Amino acid sequence: MIALLGTGSLLLALVCAVAGLGVLIRGHRRDGPRGLTRGYRAAIGMFTGVSLAVVAMETALIGFDFSIRYVAANVNRVTPLLFRIAGLWGALEGSILLWVWILSGLTVLVAQLYRSRHPTFLPYVLSVLFAIATFFLALIVGPANPFTRLAVTPLDGVGLNPLLQNHLLMAVHPPLLYLGYVGFSVPYAFAMGTLLSGRHRDEWTTLTRRWTLVAWTALTAGLFLGARWSYDVLGWGGYWAWDPVENAAVMPWLVATAFIHSSMVQARRQLLRTWNLGLIIVVFLLTIFGTFLTRSGVIASVHSFTQSLIGPLFVAFLCVATLVSLGALFWRRRQAPEGGFDSPLSRETMMLINNLILVTMAFTVFLGTIFPLVVEVATGAKVTVGPPFFDHMVGPLGVLLLLAIGTGTALRWGRSGRDDLRKLGALAAAAVATTGGLAAAGVHSSTALIALGATVFVALAQVTEYARGALAHRAATGEGLLASVGALFSINPQRYYGYLTHLGLVVAVAGIIASQSGRIEVQGHLAVGETIQVGAYTLRLESLEALVGADRIVVAAPLAIGILDATAQAGTARSSGDVDILRPSENFFRQSRTPIATPAVRSTWRDDLYVALLAFDPKEQSAVVRVVISPMVSWLWAGGAIMVAAGVLALWPTRGR
Amino acid sequence: MADSRTVMPRHPLPWAWIGMAAAVIPLLLVLASGLRRDPRALPSPLVGRLAPPFDLQLFSGGRLRSAELRGRLVVLNFWASWCVPACTDEAPALQTIWEKYRAKGVTVVGVNIQDREAPARAFIQRFGQTFPAGVDPRGLISIDYGVYGVPETYVIDRSGRTVYKYAGAVSEDLLAPVMAPLLKTR
Amino acid sequence: MIRQNLLLAAWMLALTLIASGQEVDPRVRLIASKLRCPVCQNESVADSQSELSAQMRTLIRDRLAAGETEDQIVGYFVSRYGEWILLEPPRQGVLWLVWLAPAVALLGGAALVIAYLRRSVRPRAH
Repeated sequence: MIALLGTGSLLLALVCAVAGLGVLIRGHRRDGPRGLTRGYRAAIGMFTGVSLAVVAMETALIGFDFSIRYVAANVNRVTPLLFRIAGLWGALEGSILLWVWILSGLTVLVAQLYRSRHPTFLPYVLSVLFAIATFFLALIVGPANPFTRLAVTPLDGVGLNPLLQNHLLMAVHPPLLYLGYVGFSVPYAFAMGTLLSGRHRDEWTTLTRRWTLVAWTALTAGLFLGARWSYDVLGWGGYWAWDPVENAAVMPWLVATAFIHSSMVQARRQLLRTWNLGLIIVVFLLTIFGTFLTRSGVIASVHSFTQSLIGPLFVAFLCVATLVSLGALFWRRRQAPEGGFDSPLSRETMMLINNLILVTMAFTVFLGTIFPLVVEVATGAKVTVGPPFFDHMVGPLGVLLLLAIGTGTALRWGRSGRDDLRKLGALAAAAVATTGGLAAAGVHSSTALIALGATVFVALAQVTEYARGALAHRAATGEGLLASVGALFSINPQRYYGYLTHLGLVVAVAGIIASQSGRIEVQGHLAVGETIQVGAYTLRLESLEALVGADRIVVAAPLAIGILDATAQAGTARSSGDVDILRPSENFFRQSRTPIATPAVRSTWRDDLYVALLAFDPKEQSAVVRVVISPMVSWLWAGGAIMVAAGVLALWPTRGR
Repeated sequence: MADSRTVMPRHPLPWAWIGMAAAVIPLLLVLASGLRRDPRALPSPLVGRLAPPFDLQLFSGGRLRSAELRGRLVVLNFWASWCVPACTDEAPALQTIWEKYRAKGVTVVGVNIQDREAPARAFIQRFGQTFPAGVDPRGLISIDYGVYGVPETYVIDRSGRTVYKYAGAVSEDLLAPVMAPLLKTR
Repeated sequence: MIRQNLLLAAWMLALTLIASGQEVDPRVRLIASKLRCPVCQNESVADSQSELSAQMRTLIRDRLAAGETEDQIVGYFVSRYGEWILLEPPRQGVLWLVWLAPAVALLGGAALVIAYLRRSVRPRAH
């Protein structure tokens, strides 16, 4: 019953998408505005259909309808409600359903918002959105149908991968990531609309600025939450492993960040038109590629590979989208008169350079991700491109990028004068001096020093801009300094929230540098009552505990944490007494052979003490724990929060101009 | 903002376009062909080389050294009792091969890895396996053979050379054509 | 009750415990961090909690104790698993491509930026 309803609703949505596409293409020639009204109705029909399917799927997941294969594979009787709801995005078919749902919602929103204001432009935009939706709907009506039924209804389901249901972030991280992914379909559709209609060549970037920002902010949040999820769940004390899935999310983020900057250059200078169209096309293709990469298993793992039609269909869609987009771009390459630069020493030039670096970074990540596949197809040999490669390649590019951000902030639009160069010199000198101070304070790694120096440079450049703006505002209005800083955000939100994003990035990058270079890791075998010392911490194993839950057995090893007195002599170090109890545990899920660790973390702004239980012996009453001390990890989360907050505040309607 | 100095673009950087086409098209082809490859066919650097010697501690007591198998064709199978369904799928086939080819000079050897003794013994009982099977408690043999996961099967010829590796459940149909030419050369 | 559960869980882990033991030698970690865990999805042998990785770490420790050098041990793993086991592709043959392409892209892109700027920078009109 539910399965029938679900498949039926999806069919309805597919019919609406195809009809919408047809009506708009026909309407372009004959009906004019009437075609647009019909297209709008088709969008609503499509959204209704997909929404019904989502409701049907959630009903099945929440109500344990194991006659549906997807439910049986991703839920079992003991799966808690939250993770039954989240089961919608736990596997391929459901994820695509979520994808289409967001896409169809955005399509309705676009149709609603621009129907009266842009009646000639909108049909092109909607057609592109319908075309994308048609592909994904065809995919879930056909080979990836989430409502496929099992011949025999099992008594219980298999359940979600334990790694995915061990953390609350699983409930919010994937939808945010998908909102980011799908959100870029809108600016892409506007860009393609520009190319297909041959008009609106500067209008589209202004029209889509908010859409781009929504998608970018959601993707940023998704990336940071993903990092947090791996930190909290995977148990090795790291947050980023350059996994193909992570790379798939970071590539469109890098290119979209480039686009946000270069579209500002277009808005001011009527330059880089083809480049901007190209960037947003690449972002869109990368989101499709990312979805494919994440879900087809062509790279991620040899074992998740499925011999179904889904992979070939994705590749076919990717080919068609690439050829059509780039073909249209090539066809319209000579568009109109372009503006010019006043001077190479300007903010727009630096944005060009930042574009170059960001795109090179994205290219490097892309190359590293698909290189094993290329080598295998070309020579048959299997190679691995792992985290060390990415660290070595992306690290230096990141430092270059920081230098470009700092310089770009210090320079002005148009032509920078002598005073700007003096300011740049002062900033660089201050950054070098701070770096010297850090070296004297005991930071020895030269790579960390260079990176931290670049970070300080960027931070100072942003702060200087706030100070300059606020002082000018105070001089003009007589308001207080703090009020002036606040006023800046409403005077020019794009600029000052942009600087805030840079500051967030700086905070996050400082966290990354410190936690990567200052990491201490020790593995210790402790009997109950024994103590080990790691860095400035002491850890004493208190006992071993076991708890039986509905879906798992949890074994925990509570550890009393002490902090060494910094003034005590080495050797006679004395702990300040127990300051905290950490309870790292192992979860033995019913459906899984390998235990899932739940590490325990004591987090301060200075460092994180991260403890994972690796093994234990109840007879000897002992445990093996991994203890990781990483400096400043919390800065990473704080920086991410600042970046996301800046994005949200810049989007906040009442604050906009 | 109001910038009136505009220029008609000259042909915008033609090399960029050519370079892009040259990069994009092969990439799409690679992706397409990547879908067709068989992910189970993992190349092993051992194929064609002398098989690493092993000294297996048998479930039935006693030991089996690879040197004792010189002159026989060896089907070396790495398995674990928890590996379902691949190991359970191939278990009867391995026993069949042992029974059918034993007289022709083939020895099937089972190496139990990443497992516990009790369930491993139960597994052997359940499938009535009579070929020599032993345990590799420290993973030395499996690492020596470059084992990725279970099950994996190697065919070693009479001179002790590795000639074939397969990751995944084997069947008689799969191994018979591999063994046939090796059994002929004598 | 609690003790029984602990035993049940411990039975599953017994081997891992023995194998991982205490790894005080930082050289073990250094070598293990260069190797890819064969049964994981993108983890190093140093970071992985899998049984095979634990066995590999023990093997590295034993070989170090037997006097082998880092290169010899890494070479041993490559001879068994192929270059696939190395987390970082070795700088040789076609694999140079992946190391050089980003630099080439950056320099090529820089050349394009310069060409574009030379074309588009206009001297001030007045």
